[in-house]
Amino acid sequence: MGIKMNKYTFILLLLCALAAPQAHALNVFACEPEWGSLLHELAGDAIQVDVGTSALQDVHVIEAKPSLIAKVRRADLIVCTGAELEIGWLPQLIRQSGNSKVASGPGYFLASDQITTLEKPTKLDRSEGDIHPGGNPHFQMDPYRMLAIAKALDARLAELDPAKAATYKQRLDDFTTRWQTAIKGWEAKAAPLKGRKVVVHHWSWIYLLTWLNMEQIGALEPKPGVPPTSSHLASLVDLTKASNALAIISAAYQDPKPGQWLSERTGVPAVILPFTVGGDDRSKDLFGLYDSTIDKLLAVAK
Amino acid sequence: MRLKLLLLCAALAVTSPAAIAAESASEAQLQALDARIRALEADGQKLREQAAAALAAADAARAELEKMKATMQASQQATQQAAQQATREATQQAQATAAVAAVAAPAEASAPNPGGANGNAFNPGIAVILNGNYAHHSLNPDNYVRAGFPIVAGAEPIPQGLSLGESEISFAANIDDKFYGQFTLSYEDDNGGASTSIEEAYIDTLTLPDGLSLRLGRFFSNIGYLNSHHAHTDNFVDRPLPYQAFLANQYGDDGVQLRWVAPLDLFLELGGELFRGENFPTAGANRGGVGTHSLFAHAGGDVGTDNSWLAGVSMLNSKTTQADDGFSGDHTLYIADATWKWAPNGNTKDGGVTLRSEYFLDQRDGTYSAPTADAIDLTAQAAADPLADPALTQPWIGDRRGVYVEAVYRLNRSWDMGYRFDKLWAANSGPYASDFDPVRHSVELTWRNSEFSFFRLQYSHDDPTRTTTDNALFLQYDVSLGAHGAHKF
Repeated sequence: MGIKMNKYTFILLLLCALAAPQAHALNVFACEPEWGSLLHELAGDAIQVDVGTSALQDVHVIEAKPSLIAKVRRADLIVCTGAELEIGWLPQLIRQSGNSKVASGPGYFLASDQITTLEKPTKLDRSEGDIHPGGNPHFQMDPYRMLAIAKALDARLAELDPAKAATYKQRLDDFTTRWQTAIKGWEAKAAPLKGRKVVVHHWSWIYLLTWLNMEQIGALEPKPGVPPTSSHLASLVDLTKASNALAIISAAYQDPKPGQWLSERTGVPAVILPFTVGGDDRSKDLFGLYDSTIDKLLAVAK
Repeated sequence: MRLKLLLLCAALAVTSPAAIAAESASEAQLQALDARIRALEADGQKLREQAAAALAAADAARAELEKMKATMQASQQATQQAAQQATREATQQAQATAAVAAVAAPAEASAPNPGGANGNAFNPGIAVILNGNYAHHSLNPDNYVRAGFPIVAGAEPIPQGLSLGESEISFAANIDDKFYGQFTLSYEDDNGGASTSIEEAYIDTLTLPDGLSLRLGRFFSNIGYLNSHHAHTDNFVDRPLPYQAFLANQYGDDGVQLRWVAPLDLFLELGGELFRGENFPTAGANRGGVGTHSLFAHAGGDVGTDNSWLAGVSMLNSKTTQADDGFSGDHTLYIADATWKWAPNGNTKDGGVTLRSEYFLDQRDGTYSAPTADAIDLTAQAAADPLADPALTQPWIGDRRGVYVEAVYRLNRSWDMGYRFDKLWAANSGPYASDFDPVRHSVELTWRNSEFSFFRLQYSHDDPTRTTTDNALFLQYDVSLGAHGAHKF
């Protein structure tokens, strides 16, 4: 056993020697794909980005798995949603990685700190479900908030990597122009959605709905984070029918069955939206994410 | 407008007394008055012109404002957003307006939350774990004996009937820019005697460079897999046999830990600990109270999007004086651990399988003298181990081993079921010699209402000695309230 231990230790030491630090571009860890995509817009190949989760994962309940600790360990900057969305795993990743650069200060960027959130609960009680004291953290579907976050994130990149500040500035200007043009396009295109009502799976869509002047009339989850129950779904049937709802919307990572169940009983189409970059084939970047989301809603509005 | 009204009043006030006076006044006076009125009228006209100019200026300013607004709308559409939202709920409107403001000045929005005036604003995060059991054993737990492995304090079977499990309260917060602290008080029933103990009380460094971190205080050693995990995150009601036999469920002590995480694609942590050496399996705080040390290495990573793994080797070495099992001398425990998780797209809370195994090798080189009467029932132990004579002082040299393998299948967010096999290999000689190796099979079913509460049903078939079997049924509740915990893999 003693000899085995020594052999193992030797191999580990060898691995460490191979991993001697080298001069590198800024290493950035993005908790969610939308921030990975935004970082790409702002910095392109000037930085190295690791994205911790995918559009097919429920980011509320990610595990602090070893591969993520390794990614956070190498990061110069972490970019996450905040508003306690990642509270079950991000603190563990930071503490276990031993990486003091990202524990606080400039290396720690929370998008929620750059904007104001909606639906801040007035009452904090877990009998209300998995509520976020910092407000609703699913703001990646509000293009104006995304722009505010982009500006703040760009400033952070420039602060950490002043040598490339000009690149970041130029790319931000370029992104801002394209994004503002795109917003006009989306708003014009989404006009038929105005005033339409939807049933949502989880409370993930308030920012999108507010932006497009749509209305949420119910949720498949009886309370935030509580999986849909059959009795709760049954209670939504009449409401969904009576309000001439446009769609029942779920995110790509969510179980489509509860939405389909309600759809079959009400005739209201169940629509699966990408929710973040990578959530469907068209959502290859932030622009594709918004294009796809609006087109999928328009497809059922006709 | 107000200016015009004032002028009109002023003119009336001046002209009406003048008219009354005119009847009895001379022509000259009338002319003088007339001149005065004309002058006043001229003044009024002048003022009116000034007012009009002011109004025009205001209008121009307003127009400019409108123009600026329009420009802003064109460039950002932000104000339009606010205007649209004004028709919606009042609260939403206010928040959205603030968001628009944030577009212009994000730094302002990132100001710290109000509440600084509150004396409790910096209170640490408080988390409470409540846990209780119902157990039915076919073998009276008071008479429970395990061949080859004495039952040490803290690792007794769960009591018959209803009992409170390990319930704890934990406080945690950043201390300042360089340190994080955690304090966990735990309440436990030890054979009817309630005890409150400081389970963990440590500080961690936050600012050591290059992936290093230092922990000081009382804490659970990072050896093996389960040892550093709190029992409320386990997949089964009780700890596996090797943990019960070799570590009295969990080894924690007063000490220092240094950890280093390598800057690799692969997760790799290396570390070591120095402990006082007071708690089982150590005792006596030898080598000047820093005589117990450990080394550990853990590695892990992903295989594709659906699989994650973590594996490690650890060693705990101590010089012990009269431990709870009667041992004095050099003691080394080796542990190899491996965990594999499979879940579609890595959504481990919604489905998938977790496989875990740990292997223990326990090496003793020392002497044995009978532990104090209340620690271990020597008569019962002697009866269980025909080869042994735990009443005699004698050398204790040799190896014992243990293993467990568990598989848990997660059906969905609410349900999981699991099977665990554990086995111990006793020594052939020494005070607890036995030619029987204890073995146990357990199955469990867990229902989770949320990530904060679960109920668990478990059945165990346990053969602790050649002649005894304990068929045990457990029903457990386990909840956490307060601060949201962030759990390890």
